[in-house]
Amino acid sequence: MSEAAAIDSAAEAAESPLTPESWGKLGMWVFLAADAMSFGGLIVCYALLRNASANWPPPAKTLGINLTAFMTLLLIVSSVTMVLSLSAIQNGDMKRFKRFLLLTISGGLLFLGCQAYEWTHLITERLPEIGISFSTHLFATTFFVLTGFHGMHVTGGVIYNSCVLAACLRGRYGPKHVEIAGLYWHFVDLVWILIFTFVYLI
Amino acid sequence: MTTAQAHAHPQPNYMGVFWWLLGLTIAEVAVAYAHLPKLIMVILLVGMAFTKAAMVALYFMHLKFERSTLTWIALTPLILCIFLSLMLLPDIHP
Repeated sequence: MSEAAAIDSAAEAAESPLTPESWGKLGMWVFLAADAMSFGGLIVCYALLRNASANWPPPAKTLGINLTAFMTLLLIVSSVTMVLSLSAIQNGDMKRFKRFLLLTISGGLLFLGCQAYEWTHLITERLPEIGISFSTHLFATTFFVLTGFHGMHVTGGVIYNSCVLAACLRGRYGPKHVEIAGLYWHFVDLVWILIFTFVYLI
Repeated sequence: MTTAQAHAHPQPNYMGVFWWLLGLTIAEVAVAYAHLPKLIMVILLVGMAFTKAAMVALYFMHLKFERSTLTWIALTPLILCIFLSLMLLPDIHP
């Protein structure tokens, strides 16, 4: 009996005492909270530096928001395809799961392409036009640090989602791994919603 | 409670959430283009941004259907950021 109980409690340990879900999900939430603090620190510093600067170029006019609005839409759509791929794998529909997760990964790649184009345009044309650069003006410094840090997260998300897709297709990962990967991807979307507002629109 | 029950989230209306996010994004861009007084613009934009962020967290990240422990973990950085802002504010002299 005691042996059975020991095995039973070992099986129990796969679930955290805090949530009925896996340790993996709890771990991802704790990681995201820490990561949110990194973004939070950067955004708060951006706000304070901007508030303290006398000559801050109007962001919407300087950066242009049409392309960025499209990039925001891309991430929102890729979040939707992520939840649809999760519900597909939960229902055991692997074909639909694969299609939607591939769409999510493509959305991330397209976002990165747009960002590369935007950065190139800003660095080579737009910013020299108004006479500021990464090293001479806090406007450019905060912009590139914030969007760059976010872009790295998107890159990480694309790699992460690709690995999860490959592992699921080989049968090594299941719905709960997809859900955890989804949490990360939605977080990247959530942070972009805030960056889009604070850095581009306001 | 069995594990199976615990894992079965009610499936939110994902497309409904998507239309809300799309609508709010369009509204945000419209506000940015409209020539509103700065304060009204900032209040509108920040309000809409946090609404969108909350919708992503509640429905896409399933926070609405989880135990409150995860919500508290998610809210911690927000509280710390408000604290950070207030601590740094006295150092700013425009």
